[in-house]
Amino acid sequence: MSAHGTRGSGTTWVGRAIRRLEDPALITGKGRFTADLPAIHWVRFVRSTVAAGKLTKVHAPKGAMVITAADLKGVKKITPMLHKFNYRPVGQPALADGMVRFTGEPVAAVVAASEEEAEDIADQVELSIDETTPVTDARRALEAGAPQVHAEAPGNVILEGKVKTPDFDTVWNGAHKIVKVEARSRRQNATPMEPRGAHASYDVSTGRVTLTCTTQMPHLTRTAICDVLAFPESDLRVIAPDVGGGFGQKMSLASEYVVLVWLARKLKSSVAWTEDRRENLIAGFHSRDQHITLEGAFDRQSKLVALKADIVSNVGAYSCFPTTCGVEPLMAMAEMPGPYDVQQYACLARGVITNTCTMAPYRGVSRPVITFTLERLMDKAARAFAIDPIDIRRRNLIDKFPYKSAMGLEYDDATYKETLEMAVEAVDVPAFRARQKEARAKGRYLGIGFATFSERTGYGSPAFAARGMEITPGWETVIVSVDPSGFVEARIGSSPHGQGLRTTLAQIIADAIGTTPEMIKVVHGDTDRAPYGWGTFASRSLVISGGATLIAARKVRAKLIKIASHMLEAAPDDIVLADGSAKVAGTDRAIPIAKLAREAYTQTHRFKGEIEPGLTETGHYDPPGTFSNACHDAIVDVDAETGHVKVERFVVAEDAGLIINPMIADGQVHGGIAQGIGNALLEEIIYDDNGGILTATLADYLPPTAHEIPPIELHHIETPSPNSITKAKGLGEGGCIGAPAAVVNAINDALSPFGVEIEEIPATPQRIRAALRSAEKHSAHSRASGNPGP
Amino acid sequence: MDITLTINGRDHAIAVEPRRTLADAIREDCGQTGTHIGCEHGICGACTIIVDGEPIRSCLMFAVQANGKKIRTVEGLANGDKLHPMQQAFMDHHGLQCGFCTPGFLMLAIGVLEREPNISDDGLLDVLSSNLCRCTGYQNIIKAVRAAAKDMRKE
Repeated sequence: MSAHGTRGSGTTWVGRAIRRLEDPALITGKGRFTADLPAIHWVRFVRSTVAAGKLTKVHAPKGAMVITAADLKGVKKITPMLHKFNYRPVGQPALADGMVRFTGEPVAAVVAASEEEAEDIADQVELSIDETTPVTDARRALEAGAPQVHAEAPGNVILEGKVKTPDFDTVWNGAHKIVKVEARSRRQNATPMEPRGAHASYDVSTGRVTLTCTTQMPHLTRTAICDVLAFPESDLRVIAPDVGGGFGQKMSLASEYVVLVWLARKLKSSVAWTEDRRENLIAGFHSRDQHITLEGAFDRQSKLVALKADIVSNVGAYSCFPTTCGVEPLMAMAEMPGPYDVQQYACLARGVITNTCTMAPYRGVSRPVITFTLERLMDKAARAFAIDPIDIRRRNLIDKFPYKSAMGLEYDDATYKETLEMAVEAVDVPAFRARQKEARAKGRYLGIGFATFSERTGYGSPAFAARGMEITPGWETVIVSVDPSGFVEARIGSSPHGQGLRTTLAQIIADAIGTTPEMIKVVHGDTDRAPYGWGTFASRSLVISGGATLIAARKVRAKLIKIASHMLEAAPDDIVLADGSAKVAGTDRAIPIAKLAREAYTQTHRFKGEIEPGLTETGHYDPPGTFSNACHDAIVDVDAETGHVKVERFVVAEDAGLIINPMIADGQVHGGIAQGIGNALLEEIIYDDNGGILTATLADYLPPTAHEIPPIELHHIETPSPNSITKAKGLGEGGCIGAPAAVVNAINDALSPFGVEIEEIPATPQRIRAALRSAEKHSAHSRASGNPGP
Repeated sequence: MDITLTINGRDHAIAVEPRRTLADAIREDCGQTGTHIGCEHGICGACTIIVDGEPIRSCLMFAVQANGKKIRTVEGLANGDKLHPMQQAFMDHHGLQCGFCTPGFLMLAIGVLEREPNISDDGLLDVLSSNLCRCTGYQNIIKAVRAAAKDMRKE
């Protein structure tokens, strides 16, 4: 199944773990990040200190430049749109206008000559806010009489997706057993190591503004800002320089960036803002925060026959641009059945608005939560049927392709069962069970947990259109050119920020045109240089931008062959491109590609009008989407006295299609798993009853350190995707999709002697101890009433 | 206050407010932006540099406290085109993705290995747990630092 073949002519760069072309600058301190730029003016945002209320006055110190909503007359609200699912558009003003809706909402922008001065002045700005009662919990927001977050969204539900397959009721009513899970995934912050920031600079001679900012979507940032500020896109250049991680947080439009561009135009100067960590944690977009009630109906053979889900997604105070808040609940609804063959499905998915920081997509988008829920369901069902959790998966995983899901999604070739078996074999389950038994006898609680999942990646515009999105960020464009010096430049609409795309795309091009990656520069993150594109998110760039790259590179290849055939006076079929030259097969006649490129510009008369001048070709790609898959298994050691969990071992069997660069692919999986372990055990944004945030430092909000992440063992299967012209599937999110389920299933396995069920993440020591205490109480009660304890 | 910061062997005579952090002074007053700021409260370690041989968080030190001390930052690691073994190992083992935390990890690891070249694997893991990386899951950082430790012992 594994094949690292080449699709070029001669060299074989695809499939090789070459070192990254990105690294030399980053490793020597020569990377250029947004906060590295000097500016004339600096901004500090004054933020709401309360979660809900009427903003009556902003008191600015005398002589200070303090911008409020009153100054931003004519600036439109950020209002992303969905045309389906009873979506109620709610607009977000760039600065709070009359109402504040979450702690940390930007209310005013202080402008000063230095960051320190701006901060000092911001400390003196006083806000008069008539506080009202906030609502931060989504289920409470659904109750009758709950505070209303937006007048235009009575009841606080701003999105409602419903689905029910035609035979659902019949199958459900005829089922043998119903198993239920009440899952809760608490709120997270994606926590890129570089907080957000922006630098806007006005060019007095052209009237253009250059916005340099930490974004995953430079073109869409340009479109959105020009929409709300109402000026031509040609007058705004957006640059995403080196971006220090995004994970989704940097794909949504920050209202702060709108203010920066407005200020640069007003001041006709340069102005910068660097978010601090506290701002990032309270206002830099949040994620997850879902309640899912999932019920599975099984037949007598423990085959899942119907699935019923109720999804409540806390989307925060506003709807994020461009995806809208529908991104979480609708993804959960569409992909809930996951890797299992189940054709009857009913789902209600709601997006509920609350007085909390706005939600944005975060690596995995809903799938960590639905996988956690579904995999809990499978483990509980296994127990209900008294069979092994591995066996129930064997009975239910999809094994015929293409497979059409109950939601109408087409799954391409994948290896759900094979990866499960691979992961099972890697851990030697019987040996583990023996060790587990021995440990239990000594009061140590070890557990093993499995998670199988599908990861929809590289999906084009139809997937977004199905959600009714006004903006369908699906396709990508790549322009590959060989310049007269013989160097290759690929300008791409994607905007990588750590994924190593400059390297992997160079590998694809190198094979296609017979050169080496060092000869290829991939240009991205600059709207003046790159073609319009959607950026990097949703495990899409290698599939979609990679596909567009291959299309463009093949056109360049065809043209090089044409030129070579003219110059070498040989038939095109006899020309081979390899090692930087065009050769006539079976002879020693050859011309360097650099020479062909030079001729393409400087000697066009030779081609007698048969070949167009220059050597620049464009590729567009808008694929249907492809499913990666994996099985994760975790072995944990739970301290029943303290509730502490140590992840001892983590095994992954992964299939992401053809792997372009194994080193980079493994790195993506590693990083995802670490975030998944954080999701499972550590990371939680906590609001108090008044809507204040209790986790505003990295001492309170806890991304994992090297100590919490065990060595990760990776096993690969490569099933080339028929839905991706490079045969590669995306894999950026899989790590964090499977890990929470595997870890929490392992915890539940470890604690099975106590009869506790952990269905809430993060499974912190407090939650584990609370579950154990309640089990102890229950068992004491049972003993007192004469029932046998666990 | 007038102070002199000696960064990678070069003196920078600057005037700073007493409250200015060393991280800000290095980046803004001395123009050495390779040192990054991730949290400004001493947790993430992105701003780790070496002062008089000790890896420290430059966001937790005032610039005036570093007056006259020997400061090393990521910009001073390579010798011309020759990378420091730690930099080479990070490239060889894919110890970085977005690269934002990388300078801090390099300085942390180098600072500790120079002081304690034979540090145990467990000891190294303890040290590396003092900085945060959000991209790599630490797997390849650990691999890179272990490989570099070997190379540094040889040199």
